[in-house]
Amino acid sequence: MSNVFEITGKVSFFALRAVVDAFRPPFEGGQIVRQLAEVGSRSLTLVIASGFALGAVMTLHTRSTLVTFGASAVIPTVQALAFILEIGPLVTGLLVAGRVGSGIGAVLANMRATEQIDGLESLSIDSFKFLVVPRIVACTLALPLLTLFMDFSGLLGGFFSEYATSRLSPQLYLSRAFSALEWSNFWPPTLKTCVFGFAIGVISTFFGYTTNEGAQGVGRAATNSVVLSSLLIILLDVLLIKLIFFVFPESAL
Amino acid sequence: MTNTPPAAVAFDHVSKSFGPKLVLNDVSLSVSAGEALCILGRSGTGKSVTLKLIISLLKPDQGKIWIEQDEVTQLHGAELSRIRRKMGLLFQDAALFDSLTLYDNLALPLQRLTQKTPAEVEFLADKVLGQVGLAGDKLKMPSELSGGMRKRAGLARALVLEPRILLADEPSSGLDRITASEIDELLLGQKAEHNTTLIIVTHDVHGARRVADRVAVLDQGRLVAHGTVAEVDNSESDVARHLISG
Repeated sequence: MSNVFEITGKVSFFALRAVVDAFRPPFEGGQIVRQLAEVGSRSLTLVIASGFALGAVMTLHTRSTLVTFGASAVIPTVQALAFILEIGPLVTGLLVAGRVGSGIGAVLANMRATEQIDGLESLSIDSFKFLVVPRIVACTLALPLLTLFMDFSGLLGGFFSEYATSRLSPQLYLSRAFSALEWSNFWPPTLKTCVFGFAIGVISTFFGYTTNEGAQGVGRAATNSVVLSSLLIILLDVLLIKLIFFVFPESAL
Repeated sequence: MTNTPPAAVAFDHVSKSFGPKLVLNDVSLSVSAGEALCILGRSGTGKSVTLKLIISLLKPDQGKIWIEQDEVTQLHGAELSRIRRKMGLLFQDAALFDSLTLYDNLALPLQRLTQKTPAEVEFLADKVLGQVGLAGDKLKMPSELSGGMRKRAGLARALVLEPRILLADEPSSGLDRITASEIDELLLGQKAEHNTTLIIVTHDVHGARRVADRVAVLDQGRLVAHGTVAEVDNSESDVARHLISG
């Protein structure tokens, strides 16, 4: 149990240092853009494909139930609400934790094992600011963007599934999908993914940057990054939903 | 009153442990500016740790370390960066940044730590790569380089900021005799042309005899011999005599 508190303390201190360093010059603009491209390119295809498949499957599942109650007209509405409020942010967070978090953990741990981080320090380059901060910032900025792709590919998948069954027109599908949604429903869940991204960035860079176990540590850093990022995302999701309802009561449907 | 220049590097009763293992035990030594010191010793006797203590990648548990006029054990941040700028470190496995080309490995410190224009950065990086015989390989990734090329590339990166003190960790390990001699020549050339202080950790006795002005021998964390090659040849320490005789 004391180990849990010790790790929590270390990760919290690590995160605080990253926040302070992110606002301290010199700013790592080039590195942030490079990492943003890296996070995006690694995840975009996976996010779009997963969103499309989830959207299609969810429509198939909900259709059979809603048709029973004569409520097939609300399928697009249910789809949009489900994706934008919960499925999009959560699934994107979990996918990025698996795809990007493990990569970040492994890359940094490998750099530690092969003395590349010591190499940076020996050249008077602040390795924390150069390697850790841009990755955390990139994850924080990339998650909301990737969530948008997940939301809209989910709706697209849902539309194709619905079109194949009922020949519903795209215009009608979109109009029904967004009929129950306000901007106040859209922004808080999408922006909460910034917190997910920050958590993925902090956890994966922490395990990669602080490992001290040579080659063995690379695998362990990758695994720990994925497992703990995923758990933290699920925990944060619960906490943030309560917070969103408290701060933005109008977003509660 | 004598006017002796300060030592380039000095250890004053330095000790360092990792957990229960005492790696360096009350080591004191000094290296004059422009001198070449080779540190010999069996594996695990604290040779690489000594280099990391000099460049402050590790901090000692006890004792003081001086780089020219500065005591570095308590330094952090910008002050430590200023001291590190005086030094270059060639790592045992070169520690090249594997996501960057050879040229970018050299350009990175120049771009970040100097005010040089892109043209000046390119000129300097090309010049140093030329010195180590890698001018034609600057666009290669580290994974495309052979062991000897990686060592030379690591040396080029250590030299690109024109350090006054060059630290080299096993510069000839894993290399054939001819390539190891080439590395030794590069180190000697750097010393002769720029009066660079060399501190070299090595197992290569032939290289040490050729390059070193003085030799230090570590055994079980203690400095058991320190002096010219001839002095260490006649040292009271069996380990030192055995190591220096090859």
